[in-house]
Amino acid sequence: MKTALTVIIVEQDRDRARMIVDALRAFGEHDIHVIGSGTGLARRVAEMRPDLVLIDAGDPSRDALEELTLAAGPLERPVAMFVDRADRHLTRAAIEAGVSAYVVDGLRAERIRPILDAAIARFHVFQRMRSELAATRAALEERKLIDRAKGILMRARGISEEEAYALLRRAAMDQGKRLADLAQALVTASELLK
Amino acid sequence: MTAAITLGFVPLLDAAPLIVAAELGFAEQEGLRLRLCRAASWSQLRDLLDLGAVEAAHMLSAMPVARALGLGGGQGGLEVLMVLSLNGQVVGLSGALGPVPFGDPAVAAGLAAPGRVLRFGVPFPFSMHALLLRYWLSRMAPDLAFTLHAVPPPRMTEALQAAEIDGFCVGEPWGTRAVQVAGARLILPGAAIWSQSPEKVLAARHGWAEADPARAAALMRAVWRAGRWAEDPANRTTLAELLAQPHTLDTPALHMEPALRGRVLPDARGPEVAVPQLLAFHAGLANFPWRSQAGWIGAELAAAHGLDPRAAARAARAVFRSDLYRRFLGPAGVPLPPASDKLEGALATAESLPAVRGSLMLMRNRFFDGAVFDPAPAE
Repeated sequence: MKTALTVIIVEQDRDRARMIVDALRAFGEHDIHVIGSGTGLARRVAEMRPDLVLIDAGDPSRDALEELTLAAGPLERPVAMFVDRADRHLTRAAIEAGVSAYVVDGLRAERIRPILDAAIARFHVFQRMRSELAATRAALEERKLIDRAKGILMRARGISEEEAYALLRRAAMDQGKRLADLAQALVTASELLK
Repeated sequence: MTAAITLGFVPLLDAAPLIVAAELGFAEQEGLRLRLCRAASWSQLRDLLDLGAVEAAHMLSAMPVARALGLGGGQGGLEVLMVLSLNGQVVGLSGALGPVPFGDPAVAAGLAAPGRVLRFGVPFPFSMHALLLRYWLSRMAPDLAFTLHAVPPPRMTEALQAAEIDGFCVGEPWGTRAVQVAGARLILPGAAIWSQSPEKVLAARHGWAEADPARAAALMRAVWRAGRWAEDPANRTTLAELLAQPHTLDTPALHMEPALRGRVLPDARGPEVAVPQLLAFHAGLANFPWRSQAGWIGAELAAAHGLDPRAAARAARAVFRSDLYRRFLGPAGVPLPPASDKLEGALATAESLPAVRGSLMLMRNRFFDGAVFDPAPAE
């Protein structure tokens, strides 16, 4: 019985793929391949006869892999969604991290567990990076909105920037609203009045 | 107090009833707050539902049935609370196969050639798209060799261009996009193969609805009213805009409007063609989950995957919960048919039918070959 597993990582982004490979390398000398998620995915995966396939849970190409669960020929090895056989905690951890694993039928859970744990940890990092980026963008957008609302107040009431900001904050507090939401309302209203 | 329900959907035109229910106040009227969770694939949506990350979901009608037959991934039973849409699929071919007229199921006979295997893209191995193609091609062109391949609908155009597939069956607007971008030609609407095919359903984990009947009933009422709103031609422009938003389908409203007006573009050089029964969210008792619809899906899945057809039809029927539909929507005055089975394919024209109270209208229900599916082994 061979000890090295054949692992396919389906990932279009080269940097992300390299980071996943590095993370998995720490857990043994496995045969790791990276392929893009474009056309003919199911055929390419089937040809490589992997033990384990890892793919971003949000990759639209996942549905193509579903075909592999139907492998019918005597030489084809049916692949199952990991969700079928793993313990629920591990499965949930994988899904929450945003990685999906497809495992060849009959492969024992303890053999893939270290690899999957490593992949989950790596995908968690990706997810944090993604949500940090989104939070930064949102904060920037809110900043711009508040600046526009301040500008509107300054022009309409002839007050300073500091006074405009204080006015906005007080109104937000009185109404129990977020500053950005109040700013949005003001900007929308003033556009309607133009 | 408002209760929150998280619903999964895949960005397609026929997710409309859930999006409308969440965004236009139909859920609010029921004291519900709907959180919509967009999935990039049917596999992802299924995982989210299995793990309870979403409570109910927009789903391909064949997926919960396939699960009941032990086909495909995932675990635990799923059940169908109501049908969200009928039809809406289009079949197209690569422009390389030459000009083919639109709308005539008989064209399939001309596609067979010695040594030729046509590869068709479908959104998912277990989908009405796959079942309709198999049903049509195996009967109309028994000599035609073909294979089916799962291709994400937004990639259908790209797969055609890369010559990975020769044709497709997909939901709009992706067929129209393949025509405009890849020079594909549409040859049939799904409605020309079966004029009343249940396409998308509202699915939940087995037992979810009965565990909190008041909540499930409120959700179903909101979705039913949203479907009625979406069906109204007067609302279709608003609907296209609602669906085009970045957090819903994130696709230009322009791509969705033809199908919402009941039209398709078979050839990039035009013109648009009006298709009867192209897509329904409400008309013809569209939302009732008929046991006979599930039976048909079960029988076809069994034929395609070598399962016992009688056992499959029996297991399939239990998945479409017409009993829950009656129990949860009946008190709201939603029209209910006297029986939960009908002869699929047996209605040549729209027909009025006595309902449990009053009457209701059923639409033309025909298979292209005139076959009638009799769900007779009702126990």
